[in-house]
Amino acid sequence: MILALAQRLAQMIFVMFGISALVFLIFFATPGADPAARIAGRNAAPETVEAIRKDFGFDRPLPVQYARMMQRLFVTQDLTSFVNRGLKVVPQVISAAPVTLSLVFGAAVLWVVGGIAVGVLAALTRDSFIDKGLMVLALIGVSMPVFWFGEVMNLLSQSRFHDTWLFSWVPGLGYKPLTTDPAGWFKTLVIPWFTLAALYIGIYGRVLRANLVEAYQEDFIRTARAKGLGPARVMFRHALRTSLIPFVTMFGLDFGVLVGGAALLTEVVFGLNGVGRLTYQALLNLDLPMILATVMYASFFVVVANALVDLVYVLLDPRVREE
Amino acid sequence: MTTPLAPVLLDVAGLSVSFATDRGRVTAVDDVSFSVRSGEILAIVGESGSGKTVTLMSILGLNDPRTTFVDGSVTFRGRPILGLPDRDLRRIRGKDIALISQDPMTALTPVHTIGWQIAEQIRAHEAISRAGAARRAVELLAEVGLANPAEAAGRYPHQLSGGMRQRAVIAMALSCNPALLVADEPTTALDVTVQAQVLDLLMKLRKDFGSAIILITHDMGVVAEVADRVNVMYAGRIIERGTTERLFADPWHPYTWGLIASIPPLDGPRPHRLAAIPGMPPTPETMPAGCGFAPRCRFALPRCAARPPVQRAPGRSALCVIGPEDRAPRRAEILGPLGDAA
Repeated sequence: MILALAQRLAQMIFVMFGISALVFLIFFATPGADPAARIAGRNAAPETVEAIRKDFGFDRPLPVQYARMMQRLFVTQDLTSFVNRGLKVVPQVISAAPVTLSLVFGAAVLWVVGGIAVGVLAALTRDSFIDKGLMVLALIGVSMPVFWFGEVMNLLSQSRFHDTWLFSWVPGLGYKPLTTDPAGWFKTLVIPWFTLAALYIGIYGRVLRANLVEAYQEDFIRTARAKGLGPARVMFRHALRTSLIPFVTMFGLDFGVLVGGAALLTEVVFGLNGVGRLTYQALLNLDLPMILATVMYASFFVVVANALVDLVYVLLDPRVREE
Repeated sequence: MTTPLAPVLLDVAGLSVSFATDRGRVTAVDDVSFSVRSGEILAIVGESGSGKTVTLMSILGLNDPRTTFVDGSVTFRGRPILGLPDRDLRRIRGKDIALISQDPMTALTPVHTIGWQIAEQIRAHEAISRAGAARRAVELLAEVGLANPAEAAGRYPHQLSGGMRQRAVIAMALSCNPALLVADEPTTALDVTVQAQVLDLLMKLRKDFGSAIILITHDMGVVAEVADRVNVMYAGRIIERGTTERLFADPWHPYTWGLIASIPPLDGPRPHRLAAIPGMPPTPETMPAGCGFAPRCRFALPRCAARPPVQRAPGRSALCVIGPEDRAPRRAEILGPLGDAA
């Protein structure tokens, strides 16, 4: 067990090393682009460029450049933005991360609970009006672009119906830290959570329903029913347990990617200064250190989420344990 | 083995089952009647698609009620059970009537241990502690001949061999001492040597527990070995029935002749190839109005287009136009002369 965990950890570190090297090479070693000149900005004096080149080690071989970059990113954490001189990159990411994590965690709870509820209910009432209604709703959830749905929600809750009892509790857009203002944190995030989760409830509900319907064709479901078990027990102990693997796989991928910045549209719509927004701005300005930092942050969560998925596999399915 | 005085346990009368499909309503089981007495083994023989499994699933109420139409009556211990609400049927299922599935590879839920699955069934029907149910599960696994029952109880289905799994499935079926075991091709998916062990086990359990068994199979060899009585099903109807002894000594229906001819001989010269019945059974959509077997029958007559008459003798019957006087010579064409055929 400990060996397996150590192996897994080594694997994660290796993957992150690979990603960091790749990103570094793409941004700093592309032929024809001189990073020192870019940092110095337009019309910079040649001696300034030369000083920067020395400072960042761009006159040294690539491995040294890489090592120095990683050292400044992870050890001394004093890597500064190319665009906003003097602005340190790592504290930026660290201050943006809680926003994105709050948004995605809350939405994830909603979409896991909602997706399972929709899938189970639809599978139990297969081909009935409830099932068909739920599937249409899920399709609507999947089809609504988050920027549109979010803006509609804002329109309703911030202006049109803000004065009615329904939305009068909704605070203005923006993020309130959990540690200083828990109630405000919750209130500002409820609508973004639902907005982000709508898409995923739709997808997960539909996928789970399909898997459950398939599971109900299996012999072991017939065995379970022939044992005299009630429908709820057959569903939760036999059908759902065996149908959750694709659900968990999707969750690992989606969660990692969202925490890594893919919740950008939701962040923008609701004025949340999260990692997605940070990455987007860095990309607009070609702010290479910032991009490097956010990509490393994103890859960390993708790798961690996938490691957790593997762990959940082992808990869910004994057939995986032997490998 | 069975005394004729044993009470009737299960009585099926005029059972018809049809399914709603995209192409309309198709009949899978057509007017099937039979009964099972306590402690006897009734074999239902037929090819895939002859309606054997559908018949049993209807008795247990396991067909999808939204697409299945069931007609007729099923009486268990004198109580009509067909069309009972699921809540009431659940008390009978697994407790009084237990199912042994065809394929042990897929009949157990892959994510729970064998012992857990057996205990689950016990706890569904009896007020017993978790630990008590777990102990009973181990005892049952010992009963069905698993070498190391305590260890097997903690195993997952994929960690056991096919034969061990089938024993586990049987142990599960036995867990509440059912009066009737329904075994749906219990040996089909197993190796020949394991098949024999499982059949022996079923015979032993019938003796020890006194359960009646409905044995669904397509293997006439299995039938000859274990069954007290036989129903031969073809295309949704029981086309011949009788005690095993009489039916093998003097089969009446041409389809039964074909089935018996296809049993590989145990001794004597090996035939060049085993006899086969030409053609395929009709699908529910292509079901002829009269005798379902007529399109494949070499003795078919124009009369076969109408519903065939019932030939009767005490304790047996067949659905065929061929009367007693014409039987022996035609049968000899397929089976050769049978010793003391009546």
